[in-house]
Amino acid sequence: MHVPDGFLDAPTSIATGVIAAGTIAVALNRSRSELNEKTAPMAGLTAAFVFAVQMLNFPVGVGTSGHLMGGALAAVLVGPWTAILVLSVVLLVQALVFADGGLTALGTNILLIGIVTVAVGWAVTKLVLTFLPKRPASVVPASFVGALLSVPAAAAVFVLLYVIGGATELPFGPLLATMLGWHTLIGLGEAFITAATVGAVVAVRPDLVYAARGLTEALVLRTPDGREIPASEVSVEPASKRRSPWPLLVGGLGVSLILAGVVSFFASGNPDGLEYVAEQEGFLEAAEDSAVGGFSLADYGEVGGIPVGVAGLIGVGITILIGLALFLLLSRRSTESERVDA
Amino acid sequence: LYRHGHSPVHRLPAHVKVVALLAFVVIVVATPREAFWAFGVYAALLAIVAVVARVPGRFILTRMVVEIPFVVFALLLPFLAAGERVDVLGVSVSLEGLLAGWNILAKGTLGVVASILLAATTDARALLLALQKLRVPSVLVEITSFMVRYADVITAEMRRMKIARESRAFRGNSLKVVATSAGALFIRSYERGERVHLAMLSRGYSGQLPVLEVQQAPPAQWAAAGLLPLTALAVSITAWMTL
Repeated sequence: MHVPDGFLDAPTSIATGVIAAGTIAVALNRSRSELNEKTAPMAGLTAAFVFAVQMLNFPVGVGTSGHLMGGALAAVLVGPWTAILVLSVVLLVQALVFADGGLTALGTNILLIGIVTVAVGWAVTKLVLTFLPKRPASVVPASFVGALLSVPAAAAVFVLLYVIGGATELPFGPLLATMLGWHTLIGLGEAFITAATVGAVVAVRPDLVYAARGLTEALVLRTPDGREIPASEVSVEPASKRRSPWPLLVGGLGVSLILAGVVSFFASGNPDGLEYVAEQEGFLEAAEDSAVGGFSLADYGEVGGIPVGVAGLIGVGITILIGLALFLLLSRRSTESERVDA
Repeated sequence: LYRHGHSPVHRLPAHVKVVALLAFVVIVVATPREAFWAFGVYAALLAIVAVVARVPGRFILTRMVVEIPFVVFALLLPFLAAGERVDVLGVSVSLEGLLAGWNILAKGTLGVVASILLAATTDARALLLALQKLRVPSVLVEITSFMVRYADVITAEMRRMKIARESRAFRGNSLKVVATSAGALFIRSYERGERVHLAMLSRGYSGQLPVLEVQQAPPAQWAAAGLLPLTALAVSITAWMTL
């Protein structure tokens, strides 16, 4: 039921266009909180879903079939503001790419199908939910009533617009009665599909249904002795307490200095395993001294007359300096990359 | 609806076409309904555009079915409306209703044909760029571009679910089964949206898509596209003057 061009006169079309644009501006602002900053891709995919679902036809009495409008469904699933955006986008694409619904009537169509059905569907669903037990499954009957009323509401607004801006004098009462009667039937189909769809989603992923937020049972912790504590009251301790690194550093430094300066005097003067084997097999001759072989610390003090203990202390000092420099460099880079992520 | 081609109409920048179409339709809607000849001229104008754009008549006719519900309403109006009655072919109908029905039929048809011409000569991507160019809020354009991009994917997914149902010997369209499929489709769409969002973040998405090409329209193209609404405006003014 997309209104074509020329159905309503120009002033009414412009007025509905202004209302639609204003509502979309508010919806753009509000929908951020409903989708936690994922607005564009999520709303776009939901719009594609509504577009696909509108192709599902269901029989409405003799020979005719209606299709889902999806206003109440989208409102219950993703929240009212996002639903308004989603339906407006669907209508925009249908008008521009599929020539379905007139361009000058775009504002009217957004008002009727995008705003009235969402607003009525959402408000009624919320109202019914207050009378039902606080369970996710309550969303199913609530969305049934919401969808059922959303369609005749859109029809009633359409009649109102037609009386204001339509070109003909039609008897208001009979027109309203016919439209309401017919659209209550269509609303029944809409209500069945909406409720069953919401039911299917609630059964699998209740966390995805916007109207069911806050209706899920609070998580509880069961202790071994059978007590139940609400999860919100349990404060989670961090896995390991952060301790000051200084004792470890100072201790480690001390141990290395003692090892290097004192214990190295008692170290074995024998060659290590590889050197021993090489000597036995006779290929040690082939190994040339390394490039720093002439430097006074090479071979741990045996060359330049520096005692072994002092050579060890100098080595530990240089290692610590290089290690500290590397550590500082890396930690700075990681905080920078964290800042980029945020 | 897009029909690939290289006609002068295809080559016009999309935002120029959107503005021209909108102006044309507004002028048509504002034309007095008693000026029957004016609507004939409008139809002729659209026919000229169709010929220049090389869009065959059959292509347009088959896509006009979206209008049918309102055609039915327009045909019923002469019998429902109140006011002065006249006899047409021996049946008493309301004069007011007859005029209103004609009004809806003429303006609605012209609007639909004009929209079909736009959609047939402009691909969806160009239309999105046009929206951006016409200062539609960028978030809205982005949502629209995601919808256009994924509509095919989601519809194909729906078709696969239908094939899966039928290959398990399910036939007919029970409301419950259709609705369960719709629910599954919603979960799949939503989760795909989450995946797409994460994929975009990991490729450096910062909240706005980069604009790769800015299409500028030289005055000559504006003038060419303006021919349609300007001629229509002249017709409409003449119609108001002669009434």
